[in-house]
This record gives sequence, structure tokens and C-alpha cells, in this order.
Amino acid sequence: MTGRKQNLLWLQSGGCGGCTLSLICAESPDFLVAFETAGINMLWHPTLSLETGQEANEIIDDVLSGKTKLDILCLEGSVMQGPNGTGRFHMMAGRGEPMKDVITKLSAMATHVVGVGSCAAFGGITTTGDNEAEACGLAFNGDLKGGLLGPDFRSKSGLPAISIPGCPVHPDWVTQTLAQVTAGTVRADDLDSFNRPHAISGTLVHHGCARNEYYEYKASAQNLCEIGCMMENLGCKGTQAAGDCNKRPWNGGGSCISGGYPCIACTEPGFEEPGHPFTETPKVAGIPIGLPTDMPKAWFVALASLSKAATPKRLRQNATSDRARVFPERKKKGGH
Amino acid sequence: MSRLVVGPFNRVEGDLEVRLDVEGDHVQSAQVVSPLYRGFEGMLKDKDPRDALVISPRICGICSVSQSIAAANALGAAQGIKPLPNGQLVTNIVHASENVSDHLTHFYMFFMPDFTRDTYAGAAWYPAISERFSAITGAASQDMLPARAEFMHIVGLLAGKWPHTLSLQPGGATRVVAQHEVQHLRAVLSGFRRFLQRFVFGGSLEAFADIASLDDLANWRETCRGDLPTFLKVSKDLGLAKLGGSGDRFLSFGAYPSAEGHLFARGVSHGTELQVLDTALISEDISNAWMQGEGPALHPFDGRTKPDGDMAQGYTWCKAPRLDGLPAEVGALARQVIARHPLALDYISQTGGNIEARIVARFLEVAILVPQMEAWLETIRPDDAFITHGVTPDKAEGAGLVEAARGALGHWLRIDQGRIANYQIIAPTTWNFSPRDAGGQAGPLEQALVNAPIRNGEVDPVSVQHIVRSFDPCMVCTVH
Repeated sequence: MTGRKQNLLWLQSGGCGGCTLSLICAESPDFLVAFETAGINMLWHPTLSLETGQEANEIIDDVLSGKTKLDILCLEGSVMQGPNGTGRFHMMAGRGEPMKDVITKLSAMATHVVGVGSCAAFGGITTTGDNEAEACGLAFNGDLKGGLLGPDFRSKSGLPAISIPGCPVHPDWVTQTLAQVTAGTVRADDLDSFNRPHAISGTLVHHGCARNEYYEYKASAQNLCEIGCMMENLGCKGTQAAGDCNKRPWNGGGSCISGGYPCIACTEPGFEEPGHPFTETPKVAGIPIGLPTDMPKAWFVALASLSKAATPKRLRQNATSDRARVFPERKKKGGH
Repeated sequence: MSRLVVGPFNRVEGDLEVRLDVEGDHVQSAQVVSPLYRGFEGMLKDKDPRDALVISPRICGICSVSQSIAAANALGAAQGIKPLPNGQLVTNIVHASENVSDHLTHFYMFFMPDFTRDTYAGAAWYPAISERFSAITGAASQDMLPARAEFMHIVGLLAGKWPHTLSLQPGGATRVVAQHEVQHLRAVLSGFRRFLQRFVFGGSLEAFADIASLDDLANWRETCRGDLPTFLKVSKDLGLAKLGGSGDRFLSFGAYPSAEGHLFARGVSHGTELQVLDTALISEDISNAWMQGEGPALHPFDGRTKPDGDMAQGYTWCKAPRLDGLPAEVGALARQVIARHPLALDYISQTGGNIEARIVARFLEVAILVPQMEAWLETIRPDDAFITHGVTPDKAEGAGLVEAARGALGHWLRIDQGRIANYQIIAPTTWNFSPRDAGGQAGPLEQALVNAPIRNGEVDPVSVQHIVRSFDPCMVCTVH
């Protein structure tokens, strides 16, 4: 990377810090190498930086006064608007002002604004239930445009607030998105209708799922820990959820599904309120309500009944087992 | 007397403000402010009880697995089931992975950078410490982060991902472990042990775990070359073993259960005097929290969480948990005192709890847990089941009590008509960073900061930073 280093300021509000903790699990390369290569100068990060108290406030004040250029503002965690719009559920420590106001002011100074994680992008888990916290995302309330900055917000770059979804984010989603930002290659049409880079949301969790053969034959698990497809009974939303989780491993080789539990679509706005228990698939007349993205219902029903009838014994038996007990057998040659 | 307000107090998990009343060259009294309220207890109300396994881990990105296990144990108690032996082993291994990883993250990323501050520029150790431990740019991060990330492959394999897994359930774990995977996990642990022995301890894990007295620790410090002995030399120079005592009343819920009991025992300790824990004596006082409610402090099964929108009284969103009306320190030091580790007990006898003792206790756990994880792997029976399934009753209650890296974590669940009727959480830093209660008793950190020295002209006193960070606070858990 040649040229000027780009200043990144990272704030945390109504979240768990898990996106930063996921980020520091980055490998090949680790996030220090990835950020250095991207030419990022970390102005301040609440978890990583030395500066505390007055030193940190001076860094923020210098950005607000225009003395320090702010190339990228990252927010992790929801914006806290409550109670009654006051923002007092998160008064930024040492500043005596609502964090939501600090975010608004800094967003106006930033060339790029990035929401890291589903909380910062859409409101996320903090909005669960009746959203007592009045939490929202930077530019969305769930799947509705708006949020803190409003539906028409554009940062100085002309781009909307970029959404890196996930609860938590995959570390590579952060490092690779920020590298594209510093390289100046992000265009408006690289983002989907929720401002997520197509590089992240253009893939479904279903793609590369190790249970695809079970899906094809509708050989379904009945209980957690069984190795069949989890769509029919266990609430799996992999066929509808953005993310390359089954193509790009987590923590060396994992994914939710490889860990034995369903995709809860944590990259999608509103995932926190599915309208049913997370590990149960709602059905009408025995047919799952949430069908795969783009799939016409009649075709799904027809194909499902056909494929169920054709399910090989191996898959039917293994689907409700905690491990493969019937193994693929090679067809013998020579007509025996 | 003057007032200092330190915030944003970073390199803790979440946001924190500390208010100090200063008299001359020392802190006279302190108030700890937890500035963020999200309201998880309200979110969980009326949900299907199983949904707590999805929602409550998201309280915290650094103790997510601890939150998972507390939720699973609370639901399991309500269902009347426990994990199968294999499921308990997987749970323990995943939990130990998070806790050991957190201890490293705390030391390298949160705690040590404070010794690179300009105020220490005159110290003989300063150049080497700066080169190794500077925030973001220090050489130690380049050694630690890849080792930590590879160590977390254990969680990737056993639990899908970290943080925020759904694999740890009331009846066990959602993924079986095959024999070849056991062998893979052993190799990952071996690689991690190499990192620890080469860079952190400068010697074997077992040699450190066996240190039984402060005298032996002093000998070890002078003979080993690693990041921990380096810290101990700095600590000796700065007198960190004389700073930051909280009153030495310790609490542990007990960690890593098996058929033989907990690896680290459950209990209470007044100084070194061990007592049985009676969880019925736990209550939460809200006198100085921004919470609505009057009357006596409530046991968490009956607890209420109603934020006070007008913030008419109090100074923090954090409630004040008390055991039999008294505050308690939780964390690795508390666990090791209650587990009767001789080195932890020697600290309490000779110096009382302090900054250095909290750091050393964490590394005792690292040195004990990694060999223990190796042993747990050997006892997995890959041919057996890993999970059993319970049924959620229409009406029941259950508590899930675990030990996060930073101390005792409890979930108290009440189910009525098959839905969550009440869900109350007391996190480790709720104990440690609790405000004053109705009787005016300070919480452990507020107590530990009294008499902290202030250097000439300091606005964010470095001794206060050492003391605060020695607790490894998790602010997002504190209020939740």
C-alpha cells in the first residue's frame, strides 16, 4: 500500500464487543497484518488503543474540530436512542453526552461510515422484544431505512453507511471490506439494498453447507446433534441467509451448521425476532413457512415430495443419527 | 479535595467511567459508573425458554461461552436434566478455551500496554517493555494473536464458532467428536503449549502450576525468561503487590464440573478462611443504581430490572449484588483462593489480594487448564452419545451458576405457562464493580481504589488504571 495512511476511529455502543473479539481471531493474515497492508492508521479503538480518558477525548475532539482527518468511522453495537429519545441508556464515559450524538457528529466528519455487525447495521439483538432500549442501526431500523443517520445519509465519499452484517462478523468480512474502502474501490452498486457488500451477501449460508445432500433429499434431522438437514424441523435459515459461512471457515474450520446447530440468519435485519423459537421451524400444513430464497412454493412442494420419495436409505438413516452410521458404498464393477 | 473523572476508560470490555475524589497524592474515594444499559432481562421475558440459549450469549462477546453455559444450566435445572458425560467434557473444553484465551487477551492487550506509558520512561525496564507490549504495535501481539487464534480452532471444531455458539445445550453438546478429531485437538493443544512455554512462562506449565509460595515465585521470576516473569520484575519494581486490595472476601460458583465435583471448588473465603456458599443469601441492592424499585434487596429469582428513565438517583446502571449483605470479589484470584492453591493462599496471608496476585492467579489457571484440557480429551468416548434432550415444563425454575474468566456468573430463570416469567443475571463485574448499597458499603473496585497513589499532575492516574484493569472487567456483562 502506497500513499497516505487512512485514519480509522472505532466506537462501541449498544453491543457486546464480540465483533472486535471475532476480528482479533483473524488468520492468514492476522488483523494486524491485514490493517497494516490496508494502510489503516488506528486513531483510537476502545479495546486496542493505549489512550484512555483525556488522551482519548483529545483524539475525538481533534476529529470533531477538523484538526485530524477522519477517513473511516466504524461503529460496533447498536445506537442507543432510549429512554424516550434521550440516549441516556449510553452516555459516553468521560464526555457526559449521549453516545448517539457523538456518533452523529463524527459521521458528519467521516469520509466513510461503516457499521460493524448486525447491531450497528440494523439494531440487531439489542432490539429484541419490545426494544426497551430504543436501539437502532446507523441507517436502518431492522429492515426499514432510517436508523440514526436517516434514509438519505451519505458520508463524504457519497456512499451510504456500509453494513458489515453478522452476529458476530466473520473477521475476514471486516478486514476485506475495510481494505476495499482504503483502496477506494467500493462503489454504490457494490452494495445491496441493506448496504451490505455483495462480496458478503451475494452468497447464501446454504452454499457449501456440508449437509447439502440431506437437503437435496429432504432427509431431515429431528433433534439438535443429528446430522440431517435442519431446515424442515430445526429452524435452519441457511437457504435464506446472507453469508459465506460454509465456504469460509470460522475459527479454523467451523460454522454454525458444522457445530451442529441451525443458521439463525444473524446476517439479516430482524433476525433477533424470527416470530418462532429459534430452533423450531414454523409450518403450515406440514410445509415450512420460510422457503429458500427465490424458490416458488409449488415447485418446492413438488420437488420435496419427489426427493423424499427418492431418499437413499443411507441418508434416511443417517439424518436422524448423531453421526454417519451407513456409509457410501462403491458400486461394484463387473456385473455382480 | 478535587474530583477526577476518568473516561472513556478503555481496554476493558465495554464502556466505563471512574470518578475519583482526590486528596493530596492519593485517591480518597471512588465511584464506578457503568454507562450502558441494554436490558437483556426484559428482552427475555415471555420468550420460549430455549431462546435464552440464543439471546443471552450475545450479552457478551468475550464471555459468550460462559453466558451460554449459564443459560444451558439454568434451563437444564428447570428441565431436570444434566449434560451427558461426553457433553460435559466438550462443554468444559470449550469453556476452558474461552477462559484461557480471555486470560491471554487480558494480559497482552488490556493490561500490559499501561507499562509503556511515558510516565515510566525513566525505568530501567521501560525500553524493553515498550518494544514488546506497546498497544497494537508491540512485538508481543504478533506472537500472541496467531497463537490465540489457532488455539480457538478448538472452539471452531467443537462449537462451530466463537463467540456466540449454540452448541452448548442443557443435555450436552450438539456435535459429536470423532476419534480422528480428538487427535487433531491434541495437536492443536500441543502447539499452544509450545507458545505458552516459550513466550509466556519461559518454562514448563507444570513447573509454574506447582509454585507453592511467594518465595518460590520469586526464585522462578529470576530464573525464567518469558512475558510473565518480565511482568513480575516490573511488578516488584513498582510494588504492585501492595496495591488494589478489595477487602479479601471472595466468592466462586465452582468451575468445570465432573462426576467428582468441580475442578476449582465452589465456596466463599474470608481471607483464607473457607466457608460454604449458600446461594439463598445472594441479593441485589438497587439503592445507587438507575433503577426503579423500593424495599429490601431481592434474591435474583425474585429480582426486577426496571430502568429509571429520569435517572433521579444513583450513579450507575449496575446493581449491587451482595452475599449475606456483604460485597465479594470474584475472578481468578477468588477461584484459586477457594480452590486452595497454595500460592494464592500465600498471597492472601502475606500481602492480601492485589494487582499482582490477580495476574498470577490467571496464569496459574492457564498452567493448570491446558494440561487438564489434554486430560479431558483423553477421556472423551467418541462412540458414546454427546447429548440428551429434555422437555421444558410449563412451570419451573432453575439457576445456572458458572465461572467466567473474570468470575462468578449466575442466571436465574423462572418459567410460567411454558414461557420465561423472569430472567435475572448477575455477572462477574456486577460483583466487582458494584456501586454502594443502601448501607453505604462500597463495591470491591471502589474499595480497591481507596489510597491509590497519584503522581504529580496526573489526570488519568496510572495506578488507578492498573488497579481497574487488574480485575479484567467486562462492562457489557456488568449491566447487560
